[in-house]
Amino acid sequence: MITKEDVEHIGWLARIEISEQETVEYMEKLNSVLDYFGQLDELPTEDVAPTYHVAEIFNVFREDVVEESLPQEDVLANTEHKQDGAFKSPKIV
Amino acid sequence: MVYENPDGVKIGLEIHVQLNKLNTKMFCGCSSKYHDSAPNTHTCPICLGLPGALPVLNKKTVEAAIKVGLALEGEIAEETQFHRKNYFYPDLPKGFQVTQYDYPIVSKGKVVIEGEDGEHTVGIWRAHMEEDPGKLVHIGSIEKSKGVLIDYNRSGMPLIETVTAPDMRTPKEGRRFLDKFRNILEYLDVFDGNLEGAMRVDANVSVYGGTRVEVKNISSHKGVEKALLYEIMRQKNVIRRGGKITQETRHFDEARGVTIGMRTKEEAEDYRYFREPDLMPMKVSDWIPRIKETFPELPDAKRSRFIEQYGITDMHAKSLTSKIMLADFYEGVCKEGTDPKQAATWTADVLLGEFNYRDLVISSYDGSTIGCINDKDHSITNSVRVADMVKLISLFADGKISDRAAVEVVRSILDGEEEKTPLQIIEEKGLFKAEDDLVTKAVSEAIAENEAAVQDYLGGAEKSLNFLVGQVMKKTKGTADAKTAREMLVKELKG
Repeated sequence: MITKEDVEHIGWLARIEISEQETVEYMEKLNSVLDYFGQLDELPTEDVAPTYHVAEIFNVFREDVVEESLPQEDVLANTEHKQDGAFKSPKIV
Repeated sequence: MVYENPDGVKIGLEIHVQLNKLNTKMFCGCSSKYHDSAPNTHTCPICLGLPGALPVLNKKTVEAAIKVGLALEGEIAEETQFHRKNYFYPDLPKGFQVTQYDYPIVSKGKVVIEGEDGEHTVGIWRAHMEEDPGKLVHIGSIEKSKGVLIDYNRSGMPLIETVTAPDMRTPKEGRRFLDKFRNILEYLDVFDGNLEGAMRVDANVSVYGGTRVEVKNISSHKGVEKALLYEIMRQKNVIRRGGKITQETRHFDEARGVTIGMRTKEEAEDYRYFREPDLMPMKVSDWIPRIKETFPELPDAKRSRFIEQYGITDMHAKSLTSKIMLADFYEGVCKEGTDPKQAATWTADVLLGEFNYRDLVISSYDGSTIGCINDKDHSITNSVRVADMVKLISLFADGKISDRAAVEVVRSILDGEEEKTPLQIIEEKGLFKAEDDLVTKAVSEAIAENEAAVQDYLGGAEKSLNFLVGQVMKKTKGTADAKTAREMLVKELKG
């Protein structure tokens, strides 16, 4: 069961402001999603190894070969917050 | 003698090592050679975390991790994979860091160091692969920051994080562990420790009656001893005054040599690790035999071989193998037919001593020349050729120059503006050992010109003899053998 506190915590982790009304709404919706997935518990899975990828693929690598990087102006094109070739962020910590 | 550890100090280290010898980053083809570049010039959609960009793992990262695991005598996992560690901080453009969680590639290793009471084993809990975040520059100090500038050139560089057991008991053991670990990494040729940010260390420290405190931001292997000394003293003082140690994260300020408590977060850390769906799991344990085939000789093995093969002392062998480049240089000198014991003395004692005196750290060896950079200013470089060392030692061994003159040649090689061979330096400075009659002449002159000193000496003032020897050395420009000069003076004056 997802509680109101859980929703508030998830909101904080995602840095999303959630109103009182939304908190209740999301709690109900998230619980209904969980219930839906709960149907899987009805299947016997004791002897099945956990699956994390639908494709049974291992070992995908690239060789250590240099490719061209983006020009600095392209990198910074999408932000207004820049200084001396760097992205600028508000005070943190 | 067993080290008692009276304060119950326990130190564990987390060491981040950048695999900066690789050509490219961990998940994209951006060049890893960004250290002298303008900000955000070594980035692409993958390492900037732009939507839709897909990472593909650099094979060499995995090979390097296996090498490190084998060198640490650890277990290499049959199957291993990546996770996402989610948190908001501007050094991570994606909002998560790709790292390893419950299936690290390496586990259960060990490193034997020279401890307070002889050989001491430090356990390795794990070593895993992860990506380096970008670099933040705080506008103002970290405590009074007005904002940050972010450079993503470092973002996505391959790292290996190694976590030790809390087996170290003094700051000195902490430093020795790091020195040894760094040396091993250089032997494996996966890492250049002289590059900025190549090795970053966090330490977990506790004392009796306290709890574990994490010290972050120890950026040099020399800083670790200072940070640990301070933190242990701080914790002991708090307990002595009846206070309580709180479990917290502290920041090491290297310039001031202190650790500073960071504001604690209201919420406990919650990284919501989950499997990285963009990267496939790996089964790479079958690479081990191939990697072992080309595995380099590690420091301890080389040290034993040097003692056996060259008949040198353990002190010399230890010193010479403390850097792979120095060990290779030494063997280069020996290969030219130089007496290994002489080569050890002139390399480990004289050359290394002169390097240290000038704050030079060894940074390269190309088979014929050993290169150094100044530890405080990396733009200052220096070098010494194997051929010059061989010639110098042979001139000394043949009695053509005194040991003092030979040291002067080494200094001239390091301090001279132009590149010169030892023979050129010896000729220019007139350093060839003086012929006996030259010394005889200098002795007579010294006696004739310094009557007061002669009288003092004859009157029992032994010190005056030192003055006269000095005069002879001056007259022969240091080419006379001091012992011979002294004997000749005594003979001349006292018959």
